[in-house]
Formats: sequence, C-alpha cells, structure tokens
Amino acid sequence: MNDTALVKVEQVSKKFCRRLRQSLWYGLVDLAAELMARDRTGGITLRDAEFLAVDNVAFELHPGECLGLIGHNGAGKSTLLKMLNGLVRPDQGRITMCGRVGALIELGAGFSPILTGRENIYINGALLGFTKREIDEKFDQIVDFAELHDAIDAPVQTYSSGMYVRLGFAVAAQLNPDIFLIDELLAVGDTAFRMKCFQHLLDIKRAGKTIVVVSHNMIDINRICDRVIVLDGGRKKYDGAVSGGIATYESLLAKRGHTAHQRAPGAAAWIDKVELFDGVGNRREEFSTGEDLVAEVTLAAIKEVANARVIVHVMTPSLGTLGSFASPHNGFSFDIEPPGMVVRFRMPKLPLLIGSYSLMVSLYGSGIKDFLHGMTDAAIFKITAPAVDTFGYGVCHAVKFEHDWEIANLDREVKRRAAQSRH
Amino acid sequence: MNPQPISPPVCVYTPASQLIEPVKLLRSMAADIVASRELAWRLLVRNISSRYRRTMLGYVWAFLPPILTTAVFVFLQRSGYFTVGPMPVPYAVFLFAGLILWQVFCDAVNMPLQMVQQSSALLTKVNFPREALIVAGAGEVLFGFVIRFALMLGVLVWFKVGVSWTMLWVPCGVLVLMSLGIGLGLVLTPVGTLYHDISQGIPFVLYLWMFLTPVLYPVPQSWPGSLSLALNPIGTVLDTTRAWLLAGVPAHIDGFLITAAFAIIILLFGWLLYRLALPLLLERISA
Repeated sequence: MNDTALVKVEQVSKKFCRRLRQSLWYGLVDLAAELMARDRTGGITLRDAEFLAVDNVAFELHPGECLGLIGHNGAGKSTLLKMLNGLVRPDQGRITMCGRVGALIELGAGFSPILTGRENIYINGALLGFTKREIDEKFDQIVDFAELHDAIDAPVQTYSSGMYVRLGFAVAAQLNPDIFLIDELLAVGDTAFRMKCFQHLLDIKRAGKTIVVVSHNMIDINRICDRVIVLDGGRKKYDGAVSGGIATYESLLAKRGHTAHQRAPGAAAWIDKVELFDGVGNRREEFSTGEDLVAEVTLAAIKEVANARVIVHVMTPSLGTLGSFASPHNGFSFDIEPPGMVVRFRMPKLPLLIGSYSLMVSLYGSGIKDFLHGMTDAAIFKITAPAVDTFGYGVCHAVKFEHDWEIANLDREVKRRAAQSRH
Repeated sequence: MNPQPISPPVCVYTPASQLIEPVKLLRSMAADIVASRELAWRLLVRNISSRYRRTMLGYVWAFLPPILTTAVFVFLQRSGYFTVGPMPVPYAVFLFAGLILWQVFCDAVNMPLQMVQQSSALLTKVNFPREALIVAGAGEVLFGFVIRFALMLGVLVWFKVGVSWTMLWVPCGVLVLMSLGIGLGLVLTPVGTLYHDISQGIPFVLYLWMFLTPVLYPVPQSWPGSLSLALNPIGTVLDTTRAWLLAGVPAHIDGFLITAAFAIIILLFGWLLYRLALPLLLERISA
C-alpha cells in the first residue's frame, strides 16, 4: 500500500446564508465574481447574515482508510461531503481528490416513479457513469443483489421504500471507484439487507479503497470506520480512533442540552455541584468498563432538611435512562444542615460499555412530594475502553451483562425430531 | 498478471474562478460533452416515455396545440377579422409551418431553465456531466419538432402543396432556431435559477415576441412593419426556413447566415455561462 493521500483537504471553509433573499443576492454577486475571473483564494470575509458551515477543516485520507464523519444536525458533515464530491466548491482552502469518486449521497438518484425497475436501473446506472453495455453485463447481478426478481418490470412507484433502496444500492454496488462517499444510506432496509450492504462495504475497504461515511448511527460507524472526525459548528473537534470519536460526539450531544436545573420555590436545600472521581480519589471524566466511579454531591442549605434523599439516574443521550437508584435504598440516611454538606456514592465495577453517559441527580426531603432540586446532566462521563464488537462476536451497546456459558444435556424430544428430519 | 497502472484522475477544488485556467476549463467542457452522451440519451428516453405514459392521448399531445392554434387563426381569418394579402400557399399551411417553427424556438428558450429546475434534486446530490441535461433537453425539443413535422407533411399533402428539394435545408434552419433558443435559454438560466422572475417573465415575453415575428403573417415589406425582420433575428431565420419548407424562395439568405453565426456564438457563450454558474447556483438551491 502506498503512502500518497487519496483525499487531501486543506484549511477548507464554506459560507452559508440562512436568509433566502440575501442568499439569492449573494449568489448573483458570486456569479459576477466568477465571470470576472476573480481569484477568491485569498481569505474569507463573512457578509451580513452569513456564517461558516464548514470552518477551517483539514485532513488527509490514505488508501484503505474508512473515515466516519459525525456530528449533530447542521454540524457541516453533508456540506463537507458535497465539497468532496465536487457539487459545491469551497470558499477557502483546497480539496484534492486523487482517483475516481463514487458517491452514494442519494440512492436511486434519477428514478422515475412511473417507469419500471428495469428502465430505472439503466437511468440510475447512466447517472453513476455506466455505459449501456456495462449495465447489460451487470443487470442480473443487480437484480440478484436487490432481490427484486418478481418486481423488476413493475413501476418503481409500486415499490416499498425498502425495495426502492435495495434497487438503488444494488446499482451503486456495481461502482468500483477509488474513493467512496456515503451519506446516511444504511438507515433503511431490513437487517438481512443491511448486513449485505455492510459486507459489501467491508469488501470494498479490504480492496484498499477509501471510504467516507456520514452517519448518525454510532453502531454503523463502529462497524465500518477505523477513524472518526467529529464536527461541531463546522469545526473539527476530534480526529482519531473510533471509540474516542463516538464518546466525543455523545458528550457533545449531552452538552447541547446543557445542565438544566429545576428547583422548588423557596427550597431549603439544593445541589451545588456533582464531581466524579476514580476509586483512588483522582478527578476523572473518562473511565473504562469495570472501573470504579465515585461521585461527590455537594449540597447547600439555608434550613435544616431531615431525612433527605438523593436520587441518581444514569442516562445516555441515545437510549435515555438506563437505571436509577436512591440513597435510602441501601439504608443510607442523612440530614442536611446549613450551610451544607457533601455526600459521596460509589458505583463499583461500572457495567457500562463505550459511550457517553450522564447522571441526573435530584434532591428530595423525606416525603414523596418534598422535591427540592433536580439537575439534569449534573455530571457527564465517557467510557472509552475497551473496544466493543458490533459484529456479534463480543459485547456491545450500553450495558455489560455478566454472563457465562456451558453445555447442557440434549432433550430426548429434540433428538427424535433431529433424527426424523434427517430422513 | 500485472495490469498497466493507469494514473488516476485528479480533481482539485478551490474557490478560484474557473476562468483563471481557461485551457483546463475548455478541456473539461469538451470531455464532459463527450462523457454525457450516454446519460443524455437515457434522460431523453426517460423524459419522453414518462411524459406520455400517464396520458390517454399519448403523442397526440405533441401536435394538438399547433393544430388548435392554426384552427383558431384560420377561423378568424376566414371570418374576416384580419387579412393577410395574397399568398402562394393556403393560409392554413403557411400558419401551421410558422407555428411549428416558432414552437421550436419557444421550447428551446424554455428548456434549459426547466431542465435545471426539475432536476435540482439530482443536481445537488449527484455529480454527473451537467451538459447531459441540456443535450437531453435539446433532444426533447427536436423530438417534439419531428412529430409535428410529420404532421406538417400530412398537411402539405392534404392541401396539395408541392414540395421541392429546398426541403433538405429545413434541418439547417431548425438547428439555427434551436441554437438561438437554447443559447438564449442558457444565458437566462443562472439568474433564472436564483430568481423566479425569469421563469414568470419568459412566457409573457415570448407571447409578445410571437406577434413581432412573421409567424401569423407574411413579412411586411413597408415601414414600420419591416422592422420586425430587421431587428428580430428569429424573424429572418423563421421566414427563411418556412420558405424552404413551402418551396418558396428565401428572400434574405445573407441575414440567415449572419444569424446562424450569431446563434453558434450565443450557444457557446451560454454553455460557458451555464458551466461557470452551476456550482454557484447549487449552493443556493439545496433541494
């Protein structure tokens, strides 16, 4: 494998304008600049109502690398992908693509709903750059891949959305470019077809091609990417290994819904802060699965609260609440006296897998209705190791369940049935 | 097995105007028009077959409008609302010929903007040779003309109007009309894609323009009617082509040649403009 970069992105920025009329006018101004052969490579100046959708992003991709571009909506992922595909030009910087580019930004591009699947294969294929002869040769393969043998001569408007996407992917799967650009396409279709698509992408990767994937699905990203760039507000926030990237993305998601307080009017006590430590007293925000986590909840009070309770919810941005526990559960009881106190709880051997987690902490008095203060995202932490396995050979998702396996005796009834079906 | 390594194509995208490297620009324009043939054909077949597949009358829709327009004006003329003077061929034949030629020009002017607008979803998501849209559109304009021309031949037989070898020049005239129309359409496309004023205005301007062009009436010889030819390149081309079609003698072949040269220039200029403008337009119209 050689070392030359297939994709080279140098200090690329792109302006956008959300006000329609202004945007159209700028379009006209830019057009005039283009016609007057302006260089425009100098710097970038933001006009009124403009902002940077992609801000000074730089990276290089080498053969065989599979990059996941992640970030919340409007982070600039799709704009960056469009620039890589040459649909939109950068306003600053330089993009060099060495090799043929195949983009799966929209599956089934150019499909005409009232034409048949067969006709649309030729149209879609031509859009992707195939000649008629090439499609003739690959036609059976396409229909096989899409599993649409019966429906191929029916109008595409009679297809289900799954069939539509299958046909689109099947045509695109015939592409053999050096650089693959993929935008959020594995979101549809049944599990069996999705696995087929993954297998196909992995084959492409193994063949030394370079892939850039935009997705919101971290499991998908984990499956095929070996590098992740996290974009936030157009800027590159992270560039590196997948696990760290996913954790960064999830903590960005968590921070967006920044700490929300809910406090009872005239409350006698409230939560001041929640801090996280490891088992030996160091401040920590990143943990590994199985480590101990210690949290210190600082409570402030202006009046005494007898038999106070602290309730902790463990949450993830994608799955919601994983579980919760309250201080009286283990028989811990305490009174708060002004000016306040610190209570500490320990979560030994964290059973959580790679991802970002947050604690929602609330403070109550002794009665069910004695709500004093609640704090969402009171503390945020990441699990960054060890790696999970998304292919079904290890553990994955949020919780690590204890489990063990053994071989047990076979039921006599099953033996009989197995013997029967052999004949 | 050791296949000869082919150096991969390298694409560089920068904010600089494409005009800064004119040689590269022209080379990529030439390469793309070659690369767009296959796709243009596919799009043409798609557009034509999907346009008529959901109609009961099918291709009849291609020639119904000029027939009805002819019928209306022939009726008005017979009823004496206007007179057109002596003519070597029946007025209906003259009118029908004029209308189908005018239709070629109109379709051509409307085509580029329509193609860009109806393909905006495709343009913003797939990088294909953009020329394919225009070539496919030109094919559609030509297809419409061919169908109406077949009907025209029927009209000539019906009215027993003789044809002559000058008929062979008709395709030349049609190509010049198309080039003028597409060139003009391409020039309007960049602004028209941004501002819908253009697509609102085109039908209105074309409607007025038709009355200033000798479509419904023969070329006026006296001032100020003669201005309609002197200032109107379409008039010259249309009248010349109609003369070839109806076995007449074209009166202004020199004007036709000048207009033909102008048509090629405006077509090339429009193409260049389309090419330069499209990436800039696509960031403003995300579909």
